[in-house]
Amino acid sequence: MDDMDRRIINRLQQGFPVCDSPYEQAARELGLSGEELIERIGGLLTAGVLSRFGPLYHAERMGGALMLVALQVPEQRFSEVAGIVNAFPEVAHNYRRNHRFNMWFVLATEQCSRIPEVIDSIEKDTGLKVYRMPKIEEYYVGLKLEA
Amino acid sequence: MEITDLDRKIIQATQAGLPLTRHPYRTIAAQLGVSAERVMQRMTAMLEAGVIRRIGAVPNHYRLGYHYNGMTVWDVEDVQVNGMGERIGKLSFVSHCYQRPRHLPEWPYNLFAMVHGRTEAEVAVQIQQIASLLGEHSRGHEVLYSSRILKKTGLRIEK
Repeated sequence: MDDMDRRIINRLQQGFPVCDSPYEQAARELGLSGEELIERIGGLLTAGVLSRFGPLYHAERMGGALMLVALQVPEQRFSEVAGIVNAFPEVAHNYRRNHRFNMWFVLATEQCSRIPEVIDSIEKDTGLKVYRMPKIEEYYVGLKLEA
Repeated sequence: MEITDLDRKIIQATQAGLPLTRHPYRTIAAQLGVSAERVMQRMTAMLEAGVIRRIGAVPNHYRLGYHYNGMTVWDVEDVQVNGMGERIGKLSFVSHCYQRPRHLPEWPYNLFAMVHGRTEAEVAVQIQQIASLLGEHSRGHEVLYSSRILKKTGLRIEK
């Protein structure tokens, strides 16, 4: 990753235009051509520096639902349980954390009614209790990491 | 905002990412058999309504050197939690701040704030700042560091 990659990452966390040639437009500020920017973004995605590039949807405003949940997974069963959990397409992201509650994942579904169904299936398939951590209030969401 | 059928199709076509083509909205439009203008109009409307939070890049924290991604969790008096949540959410290093339910006795925490740093010392200073803001309104806290991303795909909707 070079200096230009860092500038691209910082710039692209702030938004991206909706117009006919958006890469060209975004590239201009960075002193690149549209093609160079496309190539760089592709490279950053392939290298895993970017996990995604595109629109970030707000599930609830789409009529869908999101829920953070946590599991206390016995250490010796961790990979087995991660496999079961990750196989559900409704699991949007899943993190291992250093705590008794060592697996935290977000369920994202189009229909609110699907959340309890997925939780039931995960409880049945893993034999573990799923702790529901829905948001009661959102005070702030706005991830921006300086590269 | 009501999500139209076309919106759903646009969401499906872009949930893995925006096409890396010179004219990405034309690419999407061609896939869906509508005009690029229509796609851009709907995406702009979804941005304005907050259905799309933003269009942009999501970096992998670890690959940018942010190895200390702490989910700080606090047991805050119920009457104080909204006011404190608003204040903590305004701290520059907090990326997400939410109130969530307790699960007593195993889980006494009701306020969650995500912090990110390149060193443990950097995050320790951030946590100290939150602790001073909360003062005696916090009855206890823990920091859960993520040690591995097991999955990160974002929302998927089915066809």
